[in-house]
Amino acid sequence: MSTTIERPAPARAPARPRLAVVRRPWLLGPACAALLVVSVAVATTVGPSTLGPTDALAVAWSRLTGAESGLTLLQEGIVWDLRLPRAVLAAVCGAGLALVGVVLQSLLRNPLADPYVLGVSSGASSGAVAVAVLGLGAGTLGLASGAFVGAVVSFGLVLALGLLAGGTPDRMVLAGVAATQLFSALTSFIVYTAADAETTRGVMFWLLGSLSSSTWDDVVLCGVVVALGAAVCWAAAGTLDAFMFGHDAAATLGVPVTAVRVGLLVVTALMTAVVVSTCGAIGFVGLVLPHAARAVVGTGHRALVPTATVLGAIFLVWVDTAARVVIAPQELPVGVATALVGVPAFVVILLRRRSRP
Amino acid sequence: MSALTAHAVSWGVRDRLVLDGVTVRVAEGSTVGLLGPNGSGKSSLLRVMAGLRPASSGVVRLGRDDLADLGRRSVARRVAVVEQESTTDVDPLVREVVALGRLPHRRPWAPESEADRRAVARAAAAMRTEHLLERRWASLSGGERQRVQLARALAQEPTELLLDEPTNHLDVRHQLELLALVVAADTTTVLALHDLNLALAHCDEVVLLADGRVRAAGPPADVITPDLVAEVYGVEAVVERAAGGATWVRFVRPLPSAAAGA
Repeated sequence: MSTTIERPAPARAPARPRLAVVRRPWLLGPACAALLVVSVAVATTVGPSTLGPTDALAVAWSRLTGAESGLTLLQEGIVWDLRLPRAVLAAVCGAGLALVGVVLQSLLRNPLADPYVLGVSSGASSGAVAVAVLGLGAGTLGLASGAFVGAVVSFGLVLALGLLAGGTPDRMVLAGVAATQLFSALTSFIVYTAADAETTRGVMFWLLGSLSSSTWDDVVLCGVVVALGAAVCWAAAGTLDAFMFGHDAAATLGVPVTAVRVGLLVVTALMTAVVVSTCGAIGFVGLVLPHAARAVVGTGHRALVPTATVLGAIFLVWVDTAARVVIAPQELPVGVATALVGVPAFVVILLRRRSRP
Repeated sequence: MSALTAHAVSWGVRDRLVLDGVTVRVAEGSTVGLLGPNGSGKSSLLRVMAGLRPASSGVVRLGRDDLADLGRRSVARRVAVVEQESTTDVDPLVREVVALGRLPHRRPWAPESEADRRAVARAAAAMRTEHLLERRWASLSGGERQRVQLARALAQEPTELLLDEPTNHLDVRHQLELLALVVAADTTTVLALHDLNLALAHCDEVVLLADGRVRAAGPPADVITPDLVAEVYGVEAVVERAAGGATWVRFVRPLPSAAAGA
C-alpha cells in the first residue's frame, strides 16, 4: 500500500512572510550597502553645524580625488575629521559586534550569547582601568592597549578553563561567567580604592561605550580586523549551519568540531577585543541584532552573517547619532543608548519566542 | 565484502567499560539491527561506528579504510547518522534542515549547486517529506521530524546509514512506515532498535548486545529465541511463526531477577 503517509496538514505554523528583497536575494546586498552609505552620509549632517548629506559627499569626494569641495576649511574639518570617522567607526563596530553575536549564538547554542559572554569586555575594562587609574605601563600603554591586553588575558583564561572543563558550550559559558565576575570585581576594586572622581568619570564614560574620540586610525584598525573576521565567518557559514542540531550532529556532517569551535572563538574574541578597546563595551548590538537579522532572512548563515553585519552597522550609526543629539550639548554614552533601544527590542523577541511551541 | 566492520572494539567512560571487545560485520546493502536492553551499548556502538567516539581499542573499518585515518569530511560523505532525537533552539525551514546533508559535499563560500538541489529533492521525495519543505521545523510532529532527519541523512548521499532508535516516540503506524522507507533506501543500514518485532520484520541480520558484549548475532529469527530473550532481557517470551514465514515475539512476564542476571 503506497498511499500518502500524512495528509499535507493544514499549515499549523505557516512560514512567516518574508520581505520582498529576501525573495530576490541578489537585491539584498546592494540594498543594504546603499542604505548603509546613506545612513553614514546622513549621520555626518547631524550636529550643531548645519551641513547636508551632499556636503558630506562633496568633502569625501574632494579628499579622495583632490577636487574642490566648495566648503570652508572648518566645515571640511568637521566633516572629515570629526563626524565622518565617527560615523564610519560606528558602522564598523556595529558590524563587528552583530557578526560576533551571530557566530557565538550559533557556536554556543545559546540565544542569549553576546560578544561579551566569554569575558572579553570585563577583561578589557580591568585592563583599561589598570592603565588609567594605576598607571600601569608607565605611559607607554594607552587606554586602548591596556584594554586589549586585558581582553586577551581574560579570554585566554576562559578558553583554558572551558577546555579543561570539557569544552562543551555550557562549560564555556560558565567559564565566561566566572571570568566576567572576577574581572568586574577587579575593576570595581581598583576604581573604588584608587581613582579620584574625575578619573572615575572618564573611565566610566569609556566603559559604557563611546565613539566620541574616533579617529581615522581607529577606523582603519577596526575596519581591517572586522573585515578579516567577517571573511572568516562568512567562509564558515555552512559550518555554523551544521551546529544547528548540536555538536555530534555537526561532526556527522563532516565538521572537525573542536578545531572549528576553538578557531572561531579565537577569531571572534580578537574582533571583540579590538572593538572594545577602541570604543568601550557597547552593549546589546551583539545580542539583539542577530535576532533581528534572523527575523529578516531566517537561520541560514550564508544570508544571516552578511545581513546581521550590515544591520549592525546601520543600527549603530543611527543610535550613535541619536546619542549625540538627544541631550545636546551633552552626549549620551552610546552604550546607554543601545540599551535604551535594545531592551524594548529584546522584550519583543522574548514575547515572540513564548508564542512558539 | 563487509561495508562496515567493528573489530574487537572497546570504549568506556572513565573506568566503566561500555563496549568490551565488540565485533560486528555489516554486509554491503544489508540492514542490521543492534538489539539489547537499556545500557547494553547499542547507542555507544553506533557512535563508535560513526567515528563520533574514538574506540579505546580495536578498529572500525569503512570498506578497506580505517575510520580513524579518514577525515571527518570524507567520513561524512559516506556515513550518515540520525540520532534518537534532534533538538535545536532556532527554527529553520525544513528545506534548510534537509540541505544540511549537502555540507560535506560543498566548499566554503560555494553556493548551493544544481546537484545539491537535486539531491535535496530526491532525499525529500524518498522520505515523503516534499510537502513539508516550506514548513518550519518547530511546527512538525515527532514522526515528521524523524523523516526530515532521514531525508537530511539521504541528502548526504551516503553508502552507510546509522540510525539510533529511529522509531522512538512514534506510534505504530509511523514506526512501520518509517522502517519501510529506511529499508527501501539504497544504503547499508545499521540501526539500534528496542522493538524485537520490528527487528524480526525488517532486519537481514541482528546483533544482540548484553553488558557491552555481543551475545549472539545472525538472522533475526535465529537470534530472537525464547532462551536468549530470557537470558538477555530477563523476560519470558513466546516466539511464533506464521505459515508465510513471518515470525513474531510475544512477551509473557518478567522473569524473577535471579534468572535475569546473565
